[in-house]
Amino acid sequence: MAVLRPFDKLPGLNSAALLLVGSDEELQQKLAEAILQEKRDFKISIHIATSLPLPSERDHLRPRIDLIVFMIDIKSKCSLKNVEASLAHVDATFFLGKVCFLVTGVGRVNCCSIETNAVCKLGEAYCSPVLFCELELEGVRVATAQRLLRMLQICAGLVPGFSALSFSLLMRNSADD
Amino acid sequence: MDETVAEYIRRTVLKIPRDEIKMMLQKWDFLSEAQLQTVNFHQIKDNISQEVVQLCEENSADIKQAAVLDIIYNHIYQNKRMWSVYQMRKTGEELEYFDLTDFKKKFKRRLRSALKNVTITFREYEDNAIWIRVAWGTPYRQPNQYKPSYVVYHSQTPYVFISASVLKSNLPLLCQALIIASNYHEIREMELRSHSLNSLKDIVFKRYSQNFQTYCPKPLQGRTVEPESVDLRIIHENKSEKERIQRLNQEVFGNGPQPILQFAQYKLETMFKSSPEMDVLDKKEPFRCLVKFSSPHLLESLKSLAPAGMADAPLSPLLTCITQKARNYFRIREKKGLFPDSFVSP
Repeated sequence: MAVLRPFDKLPGLNSAALLLVGSDEELQQKLAEAILQEKRDFKISIHIATSLPLPSERDHLRPRIDLIVFMIDIKSKCSLKNVEASLAHVDATFFLGKVCFLVTGVGRVNCCSIETNAVCKLGEAYCSPVLFCELELEGVRVATAQRLLRMLQICAGLVPGFSALSFSLLMRNSADD
Repeated sequence: MDETVAEYIRRTVLKIPRDEIKMMLQKWDFLSEAQLQTVNFHQIKDNISQEVVQLCEENSADIKQAAVLDIIYNHIYQNKRMWSVYQMRKTGEELEYFDLTDFKKKFKRRLRSALKNVTITFREYEDNAIWIRVAWGTPYRQPNQYKPSYVVYHSQTPYVFISASVLKSNLPLLCQALIIASNYHEIREMELRSHSLNSLKDIVFKRYSQNFQTYCPKPLQGRTVEPESVDLRIIHENKSEKERIQRLNQEVFGNGPQPILQFAQYKLETMFKSSPEMDVLDKKEPFRCLVKFSSPHLLESLKSLAPAGMADAPLSPLLTCITQKARNYFRIREKKGLFPDSFVSP
């Protein structure tokens, strides 16, 4: 399957899978390690990719992806183009709360190549939240890891009474305010 | 001792970092060990230089000795200057024995016959390098010791490395003197410049690690040795793509350290191609544009572009041909691609 679908596989018992899509592998690795250090009561697997579609050889080994985080480096136009190209390979039903955009590198104000407007428009077009962070600062990295972990928990359906869709509506309404 | 010489020596000593002054004066070998012992090298540099000038006064230093100290300083701090590479050519295959005294004599004679007021100093180093320092004057003025040109010549090669002073008008004369002294017929400037003299030598003497085109089939899918710190909960989906990029990088850049260059400059003389609606430049003229890449270590940063995800691999051959073509200044014209520069004879 070239297109990533949210419900084409059975979920694992008490587990969640996160997919990070972005061009900077080192940063993705750091973020993944930060997420794994957080306390949680479910099993987690983090998949790191540079772009979509994912290689089909490993399709049968891959669990159901609960949350996709598209990482955009604000210093690199290349990363935005990469993410835009990858979005085409995600099924539309994913965008009901199971996708999030993470903009990294915002600490270095002098080196911005992408306008935040452009990213926010992208988030609106795909009805997904946009988070800004600077992963090179440990405090911010830990905070981002905690947020993503919480989102992952909701998207995997591990928070009773709260679905990914209701969460995304909540995020959108509060953003508009 | 001449006042100008004293001032020159004082200023040269002031340039040297304090911890290295003693070592450089010892290399200079003009002041005796006993004299050096009398200098306190722990005081402020102003005072050290005054004491050194005093001692030079006792030994009656002249400008020739002062120039040697300057060469020693510039040899150690060679990376502070910008070096250009020149290539010499001779017609015919006569293998002549290189005679250093003959070279020096011819060089000095040529320069002095054209310009009366020049200071020429030679110094040889172990790696067969001949360092030449030339301070330029005019028929009516003494040479300006503060803006000399430096030439580094390896006698067994046709390459000369020149760090010219600001006075560019003396360059043709310098080139002429070099050809005559070394028995060559032509000299041309290569489009290769850098602060790192050793890297320039590495590039033209082909001392960097080149990747020869050997038949390299896809590596066997054996068990790769994983580092112990790999967390099984983190899965890299695009491992084979990463390996492909690494392999391409290795083919292009080789395994060893890259020569240090600070810029690559591309002068575009191509037609502007726009979509018909934009209607820019209705006159069919080449759109002149200069693209300059600069970095403290350009080739290393180009090598890390693809692994960092900032560019697609393989990189454009315009960027990867720099070491192989031994140039970092390019002129790009329509269709025909890269243009080599023509040889200039005196």
